Amino acid sequence: MNPYWQETGALTRRWFRRLLRERMTLIFGLFQPMLWLLLFGSSFKNATNPLAFGTGNYFAFMTAGVVVMTVLNSGLAGGVDLIFDRETGFLDRLLASPIARSSIIVSRFLFVSALSALQILIILGTALLLHVVPATGLAGIGAILLVGVLLGVGLTALSLGLAFKISSHSGFFSLIGFITLPLIFISSALVSVETMPVWLKAVALLNPMTWTINAVRSLILHGWLWTQLVIVIGALIAFDIGCVTLSSRILRRAVG
Amino acid sequence: MTGMAGAVAIDISKLVKRYGSTAAVDGLDLTIQQGEVFGLLGPNGAGKTTTLKIMTTLLRPTSGTVTVLGHDVVADADAVRRLIGYVPQERAVDRLLTAREHLELFADLYHLSPAVAAPRIQEALRLVDLADRVNDPVGKFSGGMKKRVEIACGLLHDPKILFLDEPTLGLDVQSRSQVWNHIRQLKQRGMTVVINSNYLEEADQLCDRLAIIDRGRLRALGSPRELKRGLGGDIVTVSLEKAVAQPQQLRQALQAVAGVREVSVDGTSARLALARETGLSAIVEQVRQAGGELQAVHYTHPTLEEVFIHYTGHKIREEAIQ
Ligand SMILES: Nc1ncnc2c1ncn2[C@@H]1O[C@H](COP(=O)(O)OP(=O)(O)O)[C@@H](O)[C@H]1O
Ligand SMILES: [Mg+2]
Repeated sequence: MNPYWQETGALTRRWFRRLLRERMTLIFGLFQPMLWLLLFGSSFKNATNPLAFGTGNYFAFMTAGVVVMTVLNSGLAGGVDLIFDRETGFLDRLLASPIARSSIIVSRFLFVSALSALQILIILGTALLLHVVPATGLAGIGAILLVGVLLGVGLTALSLGLAFKISSHSGFFSLIGFITLPLIFISSALVSVETMPVWLKAVALLNPMTWTINAVRSLILHGWLWTQLVIVIGALIAFDIGCVTLSSRILRRAVG
Repeated sequence: MTGMAGAVAIDISKLVKRYGSTAAVDGLDLTIQQGEVFGLLGPNGAGKTTTLKIMTTLLRPTSGTVTVLGHDVVADADAVRRLIGYVPQERAVDRLLTAREHLELFADLYHLSPAVAAPRIQEALRLVDLADRVNDPVGKFSGGMKKRVEIACGLLHDPKILFLDEPTLGLDVQSRSQVWNHIRQLKQRGMTVVINSNYLEEADQLCDRLAIIDRGRLRALGSPRELKRGLGGDIVTVSLEKAVAQPQQLRQALQAVAGVREVSVDGTSARLALARETGLSAIVEQVRQAGGELQAVHYTHPTLEEVFIHYTGHKIREEAIQ
C-alpha cells in the first residue's frame, strides 16, 4: 500500500472511531442541525413576512442557513481533537513516527468533510420531509455538498492553526464561540439581508457566510444561478488556499 | 540479536536549546553506546525532556548537533524516526481506543504490512502482559497498564533505540517494577534504551550508565558503580561486643591498614573511611589482635543520592509534602 495513504487512512479511521465512541458528540453532531431547522423554522414561520424571504416556505428559506451554520460549527471545531492530542502528549507520539506531517492535517480534512457531508444530507433529508425539494434536484445536492466541503476545509485549516497558536483549550473554545455567533447572526442565515437596517446589511454583506448561504439558498429555492455559484466556489477555493497556507505556516513553526 | 558493544548509538555535541533567555539545555556533550540502558538523571527542569525531544526529532536544537545511528536529527529526521521508538512523559494514550486499536494505528504509522503487523502486535501485547485486555478502551486502564500500552506501541516496528521519558512517574511500586522488568527484557534483546528519570533508585537499578544533568548541563557521567566509587568514600563500620581496653591502640592499628583514610573509635564501634576499596580481612585481623570481639562489620558505598548532591550541590527532589 502507498505509505501516505496507509498513514492518512489510519489517522482518519481513528477520528471516526473517536466520534463513534463519543456517543453524545455523535448524537448532537447529527441531530442538532435537524433540530435547528425544526425550531427556527417553526418559530419564525408565522411571525414574519414571507416576502422578506422570497418564499412562502420558511423551512425552505432556513435550510441553506442551517447547512452553512452546521458546516461552520463542524469546521471551526476541526482543530479540537488535536488540542487534546497535544495536551495528552499523543501528538508527540504521532510526530515521532515516520509520517508525512501533512497526513495529520489531511486526515482532519477527510474526517470533517465526511462528517459535514453527512450532516448536510441529514438536513436536506429533514427538509424534504417538510416538503422542501431543492429546485436544482440531485445535481443541486451535489453542488451543495461541494460548497459545504470547500467551506469546511478552509475552516478546519483555520481551526487547526488556532489550535496550535492558542495554548489552552479553554481559550480556544472561547475564541471559537466568540467568532461563531456574529458570523451566524450578522448573515443571511435567519433573515434576508434585504430586511436588515442599512448598517447591519453592510456588515452582513461583508460576511462570507452571507455569500455562501445565498449561493446554497439559490440552489434550493431558485435553480442554477451560475454566476453566483461560480463566484462563490472560486472565492471558497481562494479561502481554502489562504487558510491552508496560513495554518501550515503556524503548524510548521509549532511542530517542525 | 545482540547489541554491538562499543558502537555509537547517539552522539550529542555542543547541544544548546534556548527558550527566550533561559537555556533548557546548555552545551551538552554525550555519547550513548549501542546496547546499553542509558539514563539521564536530573531534577525537574534539568532539561531531560528537552534533550530527549531533540533526540527524537520533536524539537530543533538552537545550536549543536545530535546524530542517531549516524543520522542527523534535523537534516535526516525521517530516517531517525524509522529507527527509534518513543514513550513520552505524559500518559500519551487515546482513552477512547482499545489497546489493539492503538497497536493497529501505530502499525500503519510505521508502514508495516498487515502480514508483518499481525504477529508483531501479538508479540508486543504478550511482552507487556496485556494480551487478555486487548479489546477494552484504554481509558479504563490503570496508570501502569496505560504505560504498558505505550511501551507496546513503541516496540511494534522493532526500533533500534527506545526512548522513555520518566517511564515510572506516578506509578505504584508494583507497576514500577513491572516496567523495569520490561526494560530489562528489551536490553537482553540487544535494544538500546534511553530513559529520563528523577528516581535515583530507578537509575541505580536499571541503567548501565548515567548522565547526571542539572540546569541543562552535564555534571557527571559513568556507571552507577563508578559514580559511587568516584566519590571515594566507602565506609566500614566495625561493631564490637564490648569496648576494647586500649581504643587508641586499636585506632592506630586500623589506621595502618593499607587503603584506610581515616578512623574513629568510639566505645563499641569503629568507623573507617576508605580511600579505595580495601579487603576486610586485614581490618578484622587488626581488631582481633587488639583484643576486640567482633559483633558485626558493615561495608557501605556512598549512595547515588550522595553522588548527586556531590556533583550538583543539592538534592534531586524536595522531600515530598505529605
Ligand atoms: N516550551 C517551553 N517554553 C519555555 N520554556 C520551556 C519549554 N519547555 C521547557 N522549558 C523550560 O526548560 C527547562 C527544562 O525543561 P525540561 O526539559 O522539561 O526539564 P525536565 O524534563 O528535566 O524536567 C525548564 O526550565 C522548563 O521550564
Ligand atoms: Mg521532563
